[in-house]
Amino acid sequence: MSTYLVIFCVKIINNKIQSLENYLEMLRQDIRFEEGLNACMNCGVCTAICPAAEFYNYDPRQIMDIIQSGDNDEIEKLLKSEVIWYCGECMSCKTRCPRGNTPGLVIMSLRGLSQDLGYFTESEKGRQQLALKRTVGQWILTYGYCLYLEGVGTSLYPEQGPVWDWIQDNWSDLFRRLGANYKGDGPGILRKIPEEAMDEIRTIFEVTGGKKRFDKIEEFSKKKAKELNLAFDDEGIDNEYFRHIFKTNNSNHSREI
Amino acid sequence: MKIEGKKAVWENYQKEIADDKFYYVRSCVRQNFFPGSETTFLRILRDVLKKDVFENPCHTTCTGIGYHGDIVPVETTMTVVARQFALMTESGYENIVPSCITSFGLYTEILDTWHHFPEMENKIREHLRNATGREFRVPKNLAHSSDIIYKFRKEISSKAKYHLINKNTREPLRVVDHIGCHYAKMFPSKGVGGAEYPYVLQGMVEEWGGQVIDYPERRHCCGFGFRQYLVQANRGFSVACSREKFESMQPYKPDMIITNCPGCPMFLDRWQYVINEIEGKRYGSDGEGIPVFTYEEVAGLVLGFDPWDLGLQMHQTDCEPLLKKIGYDYDPEKKYELNTIPDLNIR
Repeated sequence: MSTYLVIFCVKIINNKIQSLENYLEMLRQDIRFEEGLNACMNCGVCTAICPAAEFYNYDPRQIMDIIQSGDNDEIEKLLKSEVIWYCGECMSCKTRCPRGNTPGLVIMSLRGLSQDLGYFTESEKGRQQLALKRTVGQWILTYGYCLYLEGVGTSLYPEQGPVWDWIQDNWSDLFRRLGANYKGDGPGILRKIPEEAMDEIRTIFEVTGGKKRFDKIEEFSKKKAKELNLAFDDEGIDNEYFRHIFKTNNSNHSREI
Repeated sequence: MKIEGKKAVWENYQKEIADDKFYYVRSCVRQNFFPGSETTFLRILRDVLKKDVFENPCHTTCTGIGYHGDIVPVETTMTVVARQFALMTESGYENIVPSCITSFGLYTEILDTWHHFPEMENKIREHLRNATGREFRVPKNLAHSSDIIYKFRKEISSKAKYHLINKNTREPLRVVDHIGCHYAKMFPSKGVGGAEYPYVLQGMVEEWGGQVIDYPERRHCCGFGFRQYLVQANRGFSVACSREKFESMQPYKPDMIITNCPGCPMFLDRWQYVINEIEGKRYGSDGEGIPVFTYEEVAGLVLGFDPWDLGLQMHQTDCEPLLKKIGYDYDPEKKYELNTIPDLNIR
């Protein structure tokens, strides 16, 4: 009798966990998921057109198939996987899907959920979210631009080449020569965005969940750094964990040529 | 298909582009990598075409690169874009002109989402009200800045000092047009010519004397891929995409590449340098690289602007082979001059 009771209790607990972590339901809260997946017939046109599928071990058709199956365990594996980070969000898949689906939007909703649940640090590619937050995210909240590249040289971006070194050495004069209003008041290229405007942007991030997303990226990255025994600073890009996630590539991501 | 049918299909891929009174929103990438292009766009619109273009200094990034880097949630991005709309409304304008394809695609996507999910638009209005106290009207007309140059391509042609023609052979220059994925792949009806036959750059090139090359990987992504370039560990993907395009276009002997998106010219320019460093290979028919231009730069060249006022000295792949083919009158000694501040008539 007691054995039956234990099994009954375990079933209740399992069901409870399932209902708490029904990933498909969580994904449906994201409007991009609702827009991105209607009814996929798995024809594979998305994979055929996808630049990422040409380069990486990546198949958007398979991802759509897993999501459509609703298999919670398989979706959890996806959320912790490398593959959801391979898409370049070019959205070529949207143009060609005969059913009007957009696998790229489904990927965006998976990436969002992976970060909300802290699963992104389980993969090498997912861990890179901290690098994006510490660069692009920081530039948005500090300057009001997604990119603010004075002082960002060829050590991080060697492919920018010798011309970028010259640009960096002469940044202020060159931008003035080309008609920019660099750090100036009023309109113009790379103007100083007024502080009251920056306050509004920061408040929007507070009100709409942007700040919460940034905090989660930091929180889970810090935990992972400890687990990997890598030094982690609470800000900036000059620390061991940042360098590790920015540069590490285990060479197991790409297709064999 | 009968010719009338073809015309009817083509009509579906023409878009309405406003004629005047533009509200300009800048591009993060273009400002950092091609500042001369934004300066040139305003010179052409204001000084050559005598149009009203307004810029509100309080506008910011749309967060597009953060959004497609998946660090910025969708409702945050929508609310930042709603704030751009509010600034436009408060400034008394209705025709918004983003200088960026990522922004243009994002604005298009947001307006489409709000159309299908009006409750989301209401939610964003509430977010914006709570965060800033602002209200907004959606734009009456949304056009990328290249759409505007396309619309006035004939007026620019009528004032042309140079054409996209080889001075020695009198043959049209062979031009690769690179559209940028987010211009029309997501919403084909919102781009001139749609996703399969985008005409926005081709229309400029043909009007200004050049000939556009069709090649197998013409519609392939340049390889930006947001996180795929922004994180150093992923850049193999980015360079592989550009390389695929170069290999595909090379047999057609292009003289130049013209681009639509702010990011694409940077990648198509810089990855040529990298491939040459790694493989010792150049893709131009004359043993040089293939010069890469923004459409603003090409329009400026057609109008006879000084190449160094356009910012062509910021390219890694030299622009000079193209200038020589056109027979452009310019001073090579002034390429890296910084002391002279030209009167670019910026207001």
